[in-house]
Amino acid sequence: MAVLAQSDAAEISARLRAMALPDHKTLREPENGLVMVRGRIGGDGAHFNLGEATVSRSAVLLSTGQVGFGYTLGRDHEKARLIALCDAMAQSDDFADAVEQEVIAPLRTAMIAKRSRADAETAATRVDFYTMVRGEG
Amino acid sequence: MYVAVKGGERAIENAHRLLAHERRGDREVPELTLAQISEQLALGVDRVMAEGSLYDRELAALAIKQARGDMIEAIFLVRAFRATLPRFGATEPVDTGNMQIRRRISATFKDIPGGQILGPTFDYTHRLLDPQLAEGFVPEAPATGETSSAETPRVTDILAHDGLIEPSPQAEADAPVGDLTREPLSFPADRDLRLQNLARADEGFLLALGYSTQRGYGRNHPFAGEIRFGEVDVEFFAEDAGFAVPLGRIELTECQMVNQFKGSATEAPCFTRGYGLAFGQSERKTMSMALVDRSLRARELGEEVSAPAQDEEFVMSHSDNVQATGFVEHLKLPHYVDFQSELGLLRRLRKDFADANTSEPLQEAAE
Repeated sequence: MAVLAQSDAAEISARLRAMALPDHKTLREPENGLVMVRGRIGGDGAHFNLGEATVSRSAVLLSTGQVGFGYTLGRDHEKARLIALCDAMAQSDDFADAVEQEVIAPLRTAMIAKRSRADAETAATRVDFYTMVRGEG
Repeated sequence: MYVAVKGGERAIENAHRLLAHERRGDREVPELTLAQISEQLALGVDRVMAEGSLYDRELAALAIKQARGDMIEAIFLVRAFRATLPRFGATEPVDTGNMQIRRRISATFKDIPGGQILGPTFDYTHRLLDPQLAEGFVPEAPATGETSSAETPRVTDILAHDGLIEPSPQAEADAPVGDLTREPLSFPADRDLRLQNLARADEGFLLALGYSTQRGYGRNHPFAGEIRFGEVDVEFFAEDAGFAVPLGRIELTECQMVNQFKGSATEAPCFTRGYGLAFGQSERKTMSMALVDRSLRARELGEEVSAPAQDEEFVMSHSDNVQATGFVEHLKLPHYVDFQSELGLLRRLRKDFADANTSEPLQEAAE
């Protein structure tokens, strides 16, 4: 689900549209709210409240009984609903493989590629120290 | 004294209409989009998120647009918005040690494991205005380098390994965490509340206080042990799902200051620490925060409290720019009745004064 939370709603939607979907209904209408983001004192100590973030959440029920939950940063109702649907499908024997292969795997590949690109850009700014030896040149 | 006053509705309505017109500016000039603000004024968006205490780039961009670039007004708008939403709960604490690093530097060790990574920074620029940016500048694609699989441990962890620096304070996993958005401030305040306050505090106020500690008002000998900026995962324990769900990623800046050591007859001397953490790329903010966090630990570390930056009540009561602007700017709202009463009193006093002073010459004349 980490992959879906970090993907664009439009991309999840496009991939879901291209496949056969199970019968489902919305169990919890998408709603927006806040979560308090916590940090740790010194990075590894006791917790403290850093500040809030917007979150959208939803729940979807398949006609076969699986319940999926969708949570994502931001205020995109549709994205929360799509994540909930994928979560429910991932629990269904009939749809788990399809949602993994058709939706999650390609999005994961795209996410990893994006991160690798960012890492490569960052790596180019790593400092290589060299020492000037006195008396040279 | 406050009394209800009627009137001015049409003037107010027209003033807001004029504001909307001025906000738009010359209509021949294309209108700003939120994406433009978010992408091209990214550090302004980061500041509004940090001090608005709400991570949502799109909302922060909207606030900046609505506020015509007035950052404190934008922060005010964001704070007002957050009050309209329910809170689902608190996230698992973010793991900054596991950050996808975009920038990471240390002023204490040249050869830190993982290296000095400059990332996108204003440092080492010449601060000369660049006329190329005035129009249609297309920058080069960023250079790419070989990524390293080397770990990037926190500098404080490296020092802690040898016992050279104090450990971070620990608490039970389910210990209550102070929240100043839920309970009014009271003093003395614990470090969790102080850090929450500083994380949303005005950058300029923290910068000035941090600077004051460097200039000798509560000095605490800082070294920037490490500053890192990048993305971290956010997870939330969802009651309905029954497990921690990933919410996505946010950008954070973290600063670890390494400060003067302390020791006692029973404890070996070691460095002390100040900590800064904020939403977005907020380096000046987190450095200032870490300086002030350390100076506010004066009481805990048995140091003399003599400077403003060491006085938690002073710092925490004046750090919030929404509260501060509310109280300062309320002075421009109608105070007609208060002023009339002051004016009445002053006139009476002046009359008394005049009476007292004119009666004397009269007496002289009578003599």
